[in-house]
Order: sequence, then structure tokens, then C-alpha cells
Amino acid sequence: MNWNSASEFFAMGGYGLYVWGSYIAAALLMGLEPWLAQRRHRQALHDAAAQARSDARHGSKP
Amino acid sequence: MNAPPLRLFTFAAPSRFYALTGALLPWLWAITVLLTIAGLYIGFMVAPTDATQGEAYRIIFIHVPAAWMSMVLYLVMAFWAGIGWAFNARLASMMARAIAPTGAMFTFLALWTGAFWGKPTWGAWWVWDARLTTELILLFLYLGFIALVNAIDDVRRADHAGALLALVGSVNVPIIYFSVKWWNTLHQGATISMTAAPKMAATMLTAMLLMTLAFWAYSFAVVFMRTRAIVIERETHTTWVDELVKGTIRP
Repeated sequence: MNWNSASEFFAMGGYGLYVWGSYIAAALLMGLEPWLAQRRHRQALHDAAAQARSDARHGSKP
Repeated sequence: MNAPPLRLFTFAAPSRFYALTGALLPWLWAITVLLTIAGLYIGFMVAPTDATQGEAYRIIFIHVPAAWMSMVLYLVMAFWAGIGWAFNARLASMMARAIAPTGAMFTFLALWTGAFWGKPTWGAWWVWDARLTTELILLFLYLGFIALVNAIDDVRRADHAGALLALVGSVNVPIIYFSVKWWNTLHQGATISMTAAPKMAATMLTAMLLMTLAFWAYSFAVVFMRTRAIVIERETHTTWVDELVKGTIRP
């Protein structure tokens, strides 16, 4: 084990800003991207359902 | 109706691709999480402090995998864009579009973590070094591809224009890779190569490779998610999408 305490872990031997600045950016981006992709998927399904509804109502299915 | 026979192009049908990836996604995310936990545990708890760089070197566990993914994803994107163009394969073009944001994200991450590593070790966030500059060009290529395919209204024409840009731009990838050999760069040489023994401790290497596999699994998962969204967007009005969304129809 490399660390004797939590504060030692967060300090990263004085490089805390650089190490955590890198890891936090990675965590944010790699959390945001799947969330956006999922939202786009849901929106697409929602729009497709609305289209199908209006096609059924107006009988205008090509 | 009998199920159609499985052939090479079976999963080139957007409907089948959609079903298959839907089943794969939970597994891909599970693999991503497990590999990330293992990689971070070994990277932070097992791998020793570096003799020259202290703890700052621990950025390597995301910097190198992100940089590798940025290059690999570009080649994969150019490959599928080219297939979509040459064979008029719609799903391949959709895949290329789905890869671009993920590739851009990893390129940005490689540059960002590189800056946060360069500052304590080189004393500068940024230098106009061959490796850094060519990686920045890669980011612009991704952004250019995304802007181009979104700027042209005709979807297939946009796909073809994007394919041309992606294929021409792929010449940049070997330049990035060999830049540390061809030019006298501040950036260090390749971390691992096929021809020489690794220059790093086994536990460090293990953590880096686990994180690389985690980023691979992440890329598959998020690209499949985005491709599925694009499939639905483009296949609206087809019978299978109408069937799929039937459950959500309220009269």
C-alpha cells in the first residue's frame, strides 16, 4: 500500500492538482458522454413514436 | 415467417444491429466498470511511486490509453466512413458518425491530461512540440468531420463528404505515432513497443493495460449507444421502427 492516510492519498506527493485535475476531467467527460448518447436515443424514440402516431391518424404513411 | 439465414452482412441491417447491440450494452458497461476498478486499484494502490516523477506519473494510466484511443478511433472512423462510401452501406456511415464525438473526447482528454502532466514535469502546460501539435490537428480533424457531416442537409451526400475528409485526414495518425521518432521532441518516446522490453515496472504496465481495455470497452459501449440513436433517427417511418415504438403510442 502506497498511502498511510487519506490526506496523503489526496495530496499525491504534492502533485494533487495535476493528478486529480486529470482524473476528474476524465470522469466528467466519460460520464457526460453516455448520458448525452442515452438522451439522444430517448429523443429519437420519442420523435419516431410521434411520427408513427401522426401517420396513423392521417393515413399518410409513405 | 422463417428467420433469415445468418450471413456476413446480417448485422449490416440496422434493425438487426439495433437488437444485437441492445443485448450487448449491459455487458459492455459491466466490463467497463470492472476493468476501470481493477485498473485504478492497481494504478493507485499497488503500483509504486516513480523514482524520478514522484506521484505525477500516475496520470499515465489515463493519458496513454486516451491517446491510443484517439488514434485508433480515428482509423476505425475513417474505415467505416470509407466502407459506407464505397459500398453504399448505410450502417457503416452511421457508425462513422457515432465514433467521431467519442474520438474527439479522447483526443481532448489526451491533450488535457498531457497539459496537467507537462506542467509539473516540463514546467509548461503546452509546448509546440511535434507530438502535441499533431495531436491537436487530430482534434481539429474530428471537429471538422462532425461540422461537415452536420452542415450538409442531404444525409448520404454528407456521409460521402465526411468519408473523404476522414480518409484524407487519416494520414495524420502515423505522423502522430512516429512524431517522437522523426523529430526531436520534448515528449518522451513510445511507452511500450513491440520490439523492446517495457521500460516500466510490471505493475505500472498492468494498470495501464487494464485502463486501455476499459477505454476500449467504454468506446464500444458509447459508440453503440450513439449508433442506436442515429439508426432510429434515420429509420423513422420504416415498419420495424413503427413496430418498435408501438408500445409508446397513446391514441
